[in-house]
Amino acid sequence: MPETQPSSTPVAAAAAGGGLLGSTDGAAAAEGLYEHGLEVKARSQWAYARKRFLRHRLAVASLIVVTAIFLTGALAGVIAPHSYSQIDLNYFFHAPTVKNAHYFGTDQLGRDYFSRVIYGIRTSEKVGLVVALLSSVIGLLVGGIAGYFGGWIDNILMRITDLVLTLPALPVLLTAAALLGQGNEWRVTLILAFFFWTPLARIIRGSFLSLREKEYVEAAKAVGAGDFRIMFRHMLPNSLGPIVVNGTLTVGTAILVEAALSFLGFGIQPPTPALGALVNEGQDNPQAWWLTVFPGLTVVLIVLCVNFVGDGLRDALDPTQRRVRA
Amino acid sequence: MPDPVLSIRDLVVEFATDDGVVQAVDGVTYDVFPGEVLGIVGESGSGKSVSTMTLLGLIPVPPGRIPRGEAIFNGRDLIKMKKKDLRDVRGKDMAMVFQDPMTSLNPVLKIGYQLGEAVKTHFPKKSNDEVKQHVIRLMRAVGIPNVERRYEQYPHEFSGGMRQRAMIAMAIANDPSLLIADEPTTALDVTIQAQILEVLKAAQKETHAAIILITHDLGLIAELADRVIVMYAGKIVEQGDVFTIFSSPRHPYTIGLMDSLPRLTAEDKWLQPIPGQPPSLINRPPGCPFHPRCFLSQGRARCREEEPPLRPIAELHLTACHFGEELEGRTSKQMEGALVEGLPT
Repeated sequence: MPETQPSSTPVAAAAAGGGLLGSTDGAAAAEGLYEHGLEVKARSQWAYARKRFLRHRLAVASLIVVTAIFLTGALAGVIAPHSYSQIDLNYFFHAPTVKNAHYFGTDQLGRDYFSRVIYGIRTSEKVGLVVALLSSVIGLLVGGIAGYFGGWIDNILMRITDLVLTLPALPVLLTAAALLGQGNEWRVTLILAFFFWTPLARIIRGSFLSLREKEYVEAAKAVGAGDFRIMFRHMLPNSLGPIVVNGTLTVGTAILVEAALSFLGFGIQPPTPALGALVNEGQDNPQAWWLTVFPGLTVVLIVLCVNFVGDGLRDALDPTQRRVRA
Repeated sequence: MPDPVLSIRDLVVEFATDDGVVQAVDGVTYDVFPGEVLGIVGESGSGKSVSTMTLLGLIPVPPGRIPRGEAIFNGRDLIKMKKKDLRDVRGKDMAMVFQDPMTSLNPVLKIGYQLGEAVKTHFPKKSNDEVKQHVIRLMRAVGIPNVERRYEQYPHEFSGGMRQRAMIAMAIANDPSLLIADEPTTALDVTIQAQILEVLKAAQKETHAAIILITHDLGLIAELADRVIVMYAGKIVEQGDVFTIFSSPRHPYTIGLMDSLPRLTAEDKWLQPIPGQPPSLINRPPGCPFHPRCFLSQGRARCREEEPPLRPIAELHLTACHFGEELEGRTSKQMEGALVEGLPT
């Protein structure tokens, strides 16, 4: 069959080729007929999202900064010039100096503040990331099940969500920290995760409620797919945008709240350095400005950058939002 | 005649709304035989989609409910079947081609994955490689070109026609014995419609599946169907083989439907619509549901008072009209000029 023969549609060819599932010659002829000179480079949704994100300069810059800070924290043992508890008797309560690498000065015990801040970053990023992950999983399960199944399941789960939302966060956090015992960073993480899953649960519920009515979900049902397969294979990827954005923003909030808790003395306890606790220690000595300014600035920088990244992701992942900020 | 693949008996489907109970399907009975194409025609809201969605358990319950009726499919009643068992039937023995291929494929999953899922759901033991080979064979079968690359593409990289081919491939993935095609060409433009019909025909030839073809396009029925069911207000009003229905319709509604089509040979300027509106499915008129719009019922008390049963009027030809015999010798205007053309013989 000559490939240029205009009347032979691929279907006719496939049908003429005898058995449907066996006919490869018809389809092969069709391949030649069709895709010649029609080539357009196809981009996936992710490629578009990446492109939009990269155009968002502030977000890209923030991503670089926050990655650098988090890497510093993760590699604290390698990067920090001193251990967080090592006492340098020559430099005692010293202002920032390049000598002996005390870039952020030393505290009243002669411990290197630069190293303590770096270890503090490590604690904060651990708390921030784990809280974001944990609360996302909880929020996803609660919101997903509520939105997908609806009815009384939805009612019960959403009333629980409302209940958690109405709890005044700070007093309850303080009480919980006091009751469950403070100091341990994992305990603080668990408490924070318990409070932070509610916004995502609501977002996912709303998203699943609307996705549930989509025809492709019905089509997946007609193919015989089970409930959980539909929820996690078909609906979840369609709401990945809000999940990623919410998760990113949660990292920032969790770090901030952990710092606040530690500052108030209910969070992570010494000797583990945490950024909030460092600020708290510093406030006893107002004349030693470096003790509050450096950990404080670090928290601000991390949270600010994380939020900018979140904003950038929100713009990039929401295709309906055409406007791209410079 | 062989045993039917599917026999529906006295199926009733209702929806509870704020204004009352809507009887979307009201006592429908029919059989589908192996390898045939059964066309179901009717206007919007006549219950043609709902009656088949019920079979697959795709009616939301509530507000929907099925107070009575049965649907025996390969010896088992789909209506009483457990959800889990029904899931095994869906996509394996009974598959569906949806109306709008633009929205029936998940935008974030690759075509190859979505087709593979249809196989993998029912044959979880198949290796990924086997599944892929099967999917590629399916894609070739429905005439998707450049399969190796298309396999890795997303739905937005497919045209409407290609997507509908993919949907058909998904439907025939597990060699179903019954294929439900719910307005498979409505969302496509005319040239693509013709291609999709060819694909459907070829798919049927390959799988020997019976097809229920739901449409309001009489042309499609003439092209593809062996037997026709005409539905009105949730009821079957006429049933017969395609040639009989087109050449000697015995229900005024069927005649009205055909007369309201535009004709290529028409000398008259206006279409002839059926006067009036379909009845509310909440407050059905007493008697024949079609009587307020019917040219035969004028002044006849029987039409207003007595609901006509679906009765045989000729061999294998059923009508739900008291006065169907009066239509003897009457063909639709549509058919007068252009009879036989395009009709299967």
